[in-house]
Amino acid sequence: MIDEVLKSDLQKQGIHVLCLETAYNWGRANSVWPLTFGLACCAIEMMAASMARFDLARFGAEVFRPSPRQADLMIVAGTVTKKMAPLVVRLYNQMPEPKYLIAMGACAISGGPFKQGYNVLKGIDRYLPVDVSIPGCPPRPEALIHAIMMLQEKILAQKLTGPDRPRHLNAAVPSEFPVPVYGASDLEPPNNPAVWHPPLIKR
Amino acid sequence: MATNQHPYFVLLLLIVVAVAFAIGPLAAAWAWARFFSPNKPGKDKNSTYECGLESKGDAWIQFRSEYYLYAIIFLVFDVETIFLLPFAVSFTQLSVGAFAAMIVFLLLLVEGLVWAWRKGFLTWK
Repeated sequence: MIDEVLKSDLQKQGIHVLCLETAYNWGRANSVWPLTFGLACCAIEMMAASMARFDLARFGAEVFRPSPRQADLMIVAGTVTKKMAPLVVRLYNQMPEPKYLIAMGACAISGGPFKQGYNVLKGIDRYLPVDVSIPGCPPRPEALIHAIMMLQEKILAQKLTGPDRPRHLNAAVPSEFPVPVYGASDLEPPNNPAVWHPPLIKR
Repeated sequence: MATNQHPYFVLLLLIVVAVAFAIGPLAAAWAWARFFSPNKPGKDKNSTYECGLESKGDAWIQFRSEYYLYAIIFLVFDVETIFLLPFAVSFTQLSVGAFAAMIVFLLLLVEGLVWAWRKGFLTWK
């Protein structure tokens, strides 16, 4: 490691010394490309966030890609119906790693106001690992920008090597998640036990 | 830079830099994938379609060869339309010979139509 005094002296001369990990994470955190994927009314706020007034481009996340092959981030913006859930999982599987997922709004987190609906998935976290959840119904564009910033912080803290390195750098962890089947009465299986654990209710 | 060098030296330098500029990032990406980022293909990841739905059936479907008749009948009307419009526009200035030629052409096409009609191809099966 370079010592801090020398590092700050160099920085005063305009020379920035950083390790590969920092450079890699910095590059990725500032070019998060979301998937053009709106499910319900939260998508309107997502569109607003990418437009001129809120200007998501300041955070390098304005390049909404229409293909999952080119996207890093899936923003689950809206109610996930049980018929849509397999498609959401499959699209997430088709994204190349490293990939991230933001659950935007009450519906994507838990089913929200439609939680009692027979056809509504009670949270996308039952099938996919959620990186950032945004509460709200719908959340304001500022909230989405905040979520992007939280995600950037998360990316910046990731390690390149070691046992706690992220999923995409670990060959042992598969990049695909099992796609549920739209069955006769419910999705089968009703959740992915590898990523979702039922909340414990203490009375 | 020295003045006694070969005049094309700069060009050579430019080529070397250009090739390095093109190959460098690719090599870096390859090396990064090789040493850090493991390759993880999968069924969904390798599938052709990107809409989230699974594709059903085979893309190599076969059309019945009888459909060529409908293509021919379409062509009869298509060609007719293309020639009828200029014919109608310049109708008053046409000579008798040109008029006769056009009528012969139309009759030829109509003959094809009559043939198809009598064969029963105009009835959708």
